[in-house]
Amino acid sequence: MTKEVQVQKMTETMAKFVGYTGKVLPDDVIAKLEELRAKEDSPMATVIYDTMFRNQKLARELDRPSCQDTGVLQFWVKCGTGFPLINELEGLLKEAVVKATFETPLRHNSVETFDEYNTGKNVGKGTPTVWWDIVPNWDGCEIYTYMAGGGCTLPGNATVLMPGEGYEGVTKFVLDRMTSYGLNACPPLLVGVGVANAVETAALLSKKALMRPIGSHNDNERAAKMEKLLEDGINAIGLGPQGMGGNYSVMGVHIENTARHPSAIGVAVNVGCWSHRRGHIVFDKDLNWTVTTHSGFEM
Amino acid sequence: MIEIRDGKKVLITPVSAEDLKDIHIGDIIYLDGSLTTCRDVAHRRVVEEGREIPVDVRNNAILHAGPIIRPLENDKFEMVSVGPTTSMRMEKFEYEFVQTTGVRVIVGKGGMKENTANACKDFGCIHCVIPAGNAVVAAVCVEEIERAEWRDLGMPETLWNCRVKEFGPLIVSIDAEGRNYFEEKKVEYNKRKDEQVDLISKQVGFIK
Repeated sequence: MTKEVQVQKMTETMAKFVGYTGKVLPDDVIAKLEELRAKEDSPMATVIYDTMFRNQKLARELDRPSCQDTGVLQFWVKCGTGFPLINELEGLLKEAVVKATFETPLRHNSVETFDEYNTGKNVGKGTPTVWWDIVPNWDGCEIYTYMAGGGCTLPGNATVLMPGEGYEGVTKFVLDRMTSYGLNACPPLLVGVGVANAVETAALLSKKALMRPIGSHNDNERAAKMEKLLEDGINAIGLGPQGMGGNYSVMGVHIENTARHPSAIGVAVNVGCWSHRRGHIVFDKDLNWTVTTHSGFEM
Repeated sequence: MIEIRDGKKVLITPVSAEDLKDIHIGDIIYLDGSLTTCRDVAHRRVVEEGREIPVDVRNNAILHAGPIIRPLENDKFEMVSVGPTTSMRMEKFEYEFVQTTGVRVIVGKGGMKENTANACKDFGCIHCVIPAGNAVVAAVCVEEIERAEWRDLGMPETLWNCRVKEFGPLIVSIDAEGRNYFEEKKVEYNKRKDEQVDLISKQVGFIK
């Protein structure tokens, strides 16, 4: 394959995959929603869950985006230094978004700041967002795709706490956000929390935490314990589907962390809505791909 | 007008203040007739710029939404996906918007506050939520897009005037008496939240 053909092939795969993630939810999200649906008993919660499942069925049958807000595309890239398209990757991801915008179709969600106009193509200055992790001595490339919708972007918040406020302060920071903004962000939510040395590291981790599979835990025992405490605590608030009341509120709580400065605790919270459109695809050096999140995806 | 159809309560436009009298928060209803998407900048134009809304929404319904539209031939459009956006963003403008336009039914996502609740009470209007993220369920209720105005705002913000059939389920979140479902629920949520913060805080004293 010439470089040109390789670029074309990967662009097409990514465009198709991005479009697919807008129409079909990941396997783990569907499984969790089925579990939560079975645990609700009020007529209102039942009507809402019935609507959600009917919607996913219709989206698949009619081949349409299941939620109209197909978000601003974000890519979390873990790229080996030996991956043959490392130089072309960022450009081809942008091209894949343009392609997916017209083929899927996706909603136009890139508004240039200050000039305040919609580019009409879903790409603009800095969008789609691409975050890089470089992996030395590897020739593959792993990509998480995420459609960051407006509704679940709104609750995002970050701050730096004084150590005296401790993890108790982290708890309050996260839970306060659930009842002020979270209930409008399409529960049951997936909640990402970053605990780190500063505001920017915490913010980035709180979003990265949303890429983890539902049901996974932080490696640190205390952090995993806190994930469980927060999950049970937010569930006990009883937001229910759509924040209209029910027995559960969240699909999970994921914490990601770094070490911190002795004087500060950076903390951030981000949420994914029930329609959590994240995908995960891994390419080898010959551009053979494996999708781990969506068992039904085919080229 | 109200019709009970297969056990469903269906509001049909034009809607009168009288039609809304027996509709209360927590009720589940459906809508037939004229529904126009209307969100951030359109509200700003009507309220701040004092511009006349180019689609008559009096006694009709608006939807806080930015849809995905497919252009067809002869200036016609197809509704591909449409679902509600966060209504709270329009809260700032909603009292004057209802007063000026005479809209009767506002559909969106999540709760709104006093401005909207006062408008509902003063002018005879309701706010409902359609379960969000269900854009295909909502899109298949759109029979036709009859008009598209303020197209300069781009696809999400254009006023897409739709004829809908049994659009819903719509859960009434503010009724014409001004009762507010989400604000009432929030009192419960916040009480339980405070209890949980105390409970969790006792178990996360990791800094010693």
